[in-house]
Amino acid sequence: MTRPHLSPSTLAAGAGRPRLFGSLYAGNARSVMARGWRATRSTNALVVLSGFVEPIFYLLSMGLGLGTLIGQVQTVEGASVPYAAFIAPALLAVAAMNGAIYDSTWNVFFKMQFAKLYEGMLATSLGPLDVALGEISLALLRGLLYATGFMLVMQALGLNLSWWALLALPAVLLVAFGFASVGMAVTSYMKTFQQMDWINFVLLPMFLFSATFYPLSVYPQGIQYVIQALPLWHGVELVRGLTTGQVDPGLLWHVLYYVAMIAIGLFFTTRRLKALFLN
Amino acid sequence: MPEPVIVAQNLVKRYQDFVAVDGISFEVAPGESFGLLGPNGAGKSTTMRMIGAVSTRTSGKLSVLGLDPNGYGPEIRSQLGVVPQENNLDMELRVRENLMVYGRYFGLPHARVARRADELLEFAQLEDKATAKVDDLSGGMKRRLTIARALINDLRMLLLDEPTTGLDPQARHILWDRLFRLKEQGTTLLVTTHYMDEAEQLCDRLVVVDKGRIMAEGSPADLIRRYSSREVLEVRFGSTQNAEVAGRIQGFGERVDVLPDRILVYSDSGENELERMTAAGLRPITSLVRRSSLEDVFLRLTGRNLIE
Repeated sequence: MTRPHLSPSTLAAGAGRPRLFGSLYAGNARSVMARGWRATRSTNALVVLSGFVEPIFYLLSMGLGLGTLIGQVQTVEGASVPYAAFIAPALLAVAAMNGAIYDSTWNVFFKMQFAKLYEGMLATSLGPLDVALGEISLALLRGLLYATGFMLVMQALGLNLSWWALLALPAVLLVAFGFASVGMAVTSYMKTFQQMDWINFVLLPMFLFSATFYPLSVYPQGIQYVIQALPLWHGVELVRGLTTGQVDPGLLWHVLYYVAMIAIGLFFTTRRLKALFLN
Repeated sequence: MPEPVIVAQNLVKRYQDFVAVDGISFEVAPGESFGLLGPNGAGKSTTMRMIGAVSTRTSGKLSVLGLDPNGYGPEIRSQLGVVPQENNLDMELRVRENLMVYGRYFGLPHARVARRADELLEFAQLEDKATAKVDDLSGGMKRRLTIARALINDLRMLLLDEPTTGLDPQARHILWDRLFRLKEQGTTLLVTTHYMDEAEQLCDRLVVVDKGRIMAEGSPADLIRRYSSREVLEVRFGSTQNAEVAGRIQGFGERVDVLPDRILVYSDSGENELERMTAAGLRPITSLVRRSSLEDVFLRLTGRNLIE
């Protein structure tokens, strides 16, 4: 503490060689993740548990209950599958979305506005990209836990119709990453609780209408285009394709959609955090 | 002379509609304890944020630890300890966890952070609070934890933004004692404050800042000698009488300041002035002779009280 200390990074800086991302990234997102893990363990364990059981309740009531009345449903590819097997992958994608959104919106909003957590983080050698990546990664980790649990339930109920279902796990992560990154970007621009409510206002209809509980073909053509522009529809179709084994190259479009979402979300989050805390 | 740890030349920070820092220049030597003294809104915190590499300057030159904060934010921040004006402790973590997690933000190895955390808990007199919730700590304890947290890395300089604002007198004295120890160990301190006594306790040298500009610079004793007198006599005649009496005491001491609630007489001996006053037939309701302080310097320089 008392002696002058020259860290390797100082020496590198003295040589006049700025790093790739300049002041944005210190390569230490894992410390932000580790912080979130500790905090969740001690204070938010119950919230985590509720996020896990919620989609399972939906699956049991609608898939098994309602499903006995409905019987078989046609997928986009034209195959006929039991109703529970039709909505289970959609619920999985929704669970990923909800988990990611919870972590990246309400949690982030609170930390920015009230806890001043990011202000403290950015006074250290961390950069805004470290904070963004760390928070989003934690949301993903949680999404992965939910998804794995849900997949096990699906397996037990015989709703995974193909070995392709294994790829649904990384697919769900991709979906969660997309929502977390856009969710955090949007949240970083919000200032009041009222604005935060808009997020729910967008999410609920998206959950209900994104071909979650019935095939897209029930809509007239015009509405189909609208639904197909929304992110959740891509997630639902991607995961459904994998768990029902209806795999074709068209699924890659859904993957591409999420890659774009991730890139755009990270870009705006980093830019906004920099403007807010390193102005 | 060793290379200064801070060199600011004509430093300016302008927001859309106002100028927070308006061309200030100063240098801080290693091991020095340097203060920015001024009222709220004088530009102290903004200056601190620019030095802490979390705010970019509008113009002027700034070098912190030999580096330009515009290009080397993370490098500079890795060698600073920062105590912000408001505690931003992590309320979701326990006391010791706050130190551990913060150390990891600097990318320091776990074992070293753990060792350091225990040393700092002792330094901050919080050993028996290691597993307590942050919310359950008193204001003074939270402040000490924030300072302990700022010391977790291998810092070369500690930035303290109003370290004791809002604390009760006892908590302030404990805190000053801790900061004084750091100073004795040779830690460079940069302190902003609007408390005179704090500046006199902690700062080797300071600048008086008002409206984004430097009004004066020197050691506390130096500034008092230059802009005030050795002692000050404070007398009150009651708010209705003050103005009337004022005319009759012009010429007392080196200088007289008439404030709404009291009259200040600057002099080498406050007692002598009080005797003269009594001899002249003036009977103040209350009188107080005290040492001159930075408060008087500020009043002299700006014509205003420091805390309104």
